[in-house]
Amino acid sequence: MSLVTATIKRDLIIAARNPGEWLNPLMFFLMVLALFPLAVDPDPKFLSKIAAGVVWVAALLATLLSLDALFKADVEDGTLEQWLASGESLYAMALGKVFVHWCISGLPLTLVAPLLALMMNLPDDAYAALFFSLLLGTPILSLLGAVGAALTAGVRSGGLLLSLVILPLYIPILIFGASAVYHAGIGMEYAGQLGFLASFLCISMTLTPFAVAGALKLNLSR
Amino acid sequence: MWEALKRLYHRMGSPKWFYEISARWLPWFAIPAALCLIVGTVWGLAFAPADYQQGNSFRIIYIHVPAAILAQGAYAMMAIAGGIFLIWRMKMAAWVAAAIAPIGASFCFLALITGAIWGKPTWGTWWVWDARLTSMLLLLFLYFGVMALQKAMETDDTSAKAGAILSLVGLVNIPIIKYSVEWWNTLHQPATLKLTEESTMAMEMLIPLLIMIVGFYLLFATLIFMRTRNEVLWHERKKSWVKKLIEAEK
Repeated sequence: MSLVTATIKRDLIIAARNPGEWLNPLMFFLMVLALFPLAVDPDPKFLSKIAAGVVWVAALLATLLSLDALFKADVEDGTLEQWLASGESLYAMALGKVFVHWCISGLPLTLVAPLLALMMNLPDDAYAALFFSLLLGTPILSLLGAVGAALTAGVRSGGLLLSLVILPLYIPILIFGASAVYHAGIGMEYAGQLGFLASFLCISMTLTPFAVAGALKLNLSR
Repeated sequence: MWEALKRLYHRMGSPKWFYEISARWLPWFAIPAALCLIVGTVWGLAFAPADYQQGNSFRIIYIHVPAAILAQGAYAMMAIAGGIFLIWRMKMAAWVAAAIAPIGASFCFLALITGAIWGKPTWGTWWVWDARLTSMLLLLFLYFGVMALQKAMETDDTSAKAGAILSLVGLVNIPIIKYSVEWWNTLHQPATLKLTEESTMAMEMLIPLLIMIVGFYLLFATLIFMRTRNEVLWHERKKSWVKKLIEAEK
């Protein structure tokens, strides 16, 4: 078994044994959603208007919070040094780590989002768009976020710094994701937005692992 | 030509050489910068004709547009300097990148403030989620991220590398962010009053603007030289040539 598949398997087992790892982002997602009707207006008509954007913003924030721990343990306990010493491609390693992160944060969010969107009174036509836009969008969030996580892995209070670094990069995904859902809700075509998300996914899948690999190496000089 | 460029590049790698040569270059940038800025400002504010739609309020263009152009250009320069540092391990490039970040962020901030002030008479409100203002705001966020990262690590070297990686990722993202914001804007925004397009400006308005742009570029170069000189002194503070320099000052 190669190092990459072994790491993926190990990380998935760890996640399965610590349900908090994948449950906490979900609970956070639910709580953030609950804030909007409480703070703004619980009127169903109003909620259905803002639902698309709010669900996407909440999903984005939940992903962001779960990113902080992505490389921390590996940097601290020396696993990272072992990867580098093993001669295995860091590029593949970065993709593997991102895949696991998506499995325990993006995928559950995508599956649960339509359920929670019910509470936000999302228009009936928009559920498919919400599901597919999140399915294409959350892996991009994980990929871009991995760059930030790798850069800040060795910084002691890296969480806030990570958000500062990554949020501006998330904006195009937020724009296209939320707009796909919104347009589906008012009965318009949304294949274009999904197409953009898919192309962003292709670009980030090919390019971000380079940045992640470069950033991971920085943590060695400490 | 190529050989001369290569020689210049290798000499640029020497902080001491840069410190000495930049002292001689500095006035050649600073004085024309001051001249251009004074001439451009006086011409733009006092002598250029008023806009037929916006009256005198359009005159803020003479600060807004050069600042906005430079804010975008500075990010690219910072990322390129960071790339040079990552690829060829040239320390000077890292210090130039560190010098550019706050200057670029300041120009970005200046462009945002002048945009907001311009918005008040034109749109009737200080802030409109206009495509250009929004992408400027996001550019400012990108600068914040790089600046925060450049200061975050324990050693200067890793901070500089982290900042360089982020600025390169940001450079790839800038066009994507820009076009997605424009696309978003055309969907959500009812047609607002468009600011005058630069290309259709009258000659009497355009010339002072061009002078201001040149002046801002020269000012930017001057500021980079000054800040990079500071960075050089700080990072080389334990080297003998800097110590000698300080002794001589005393």
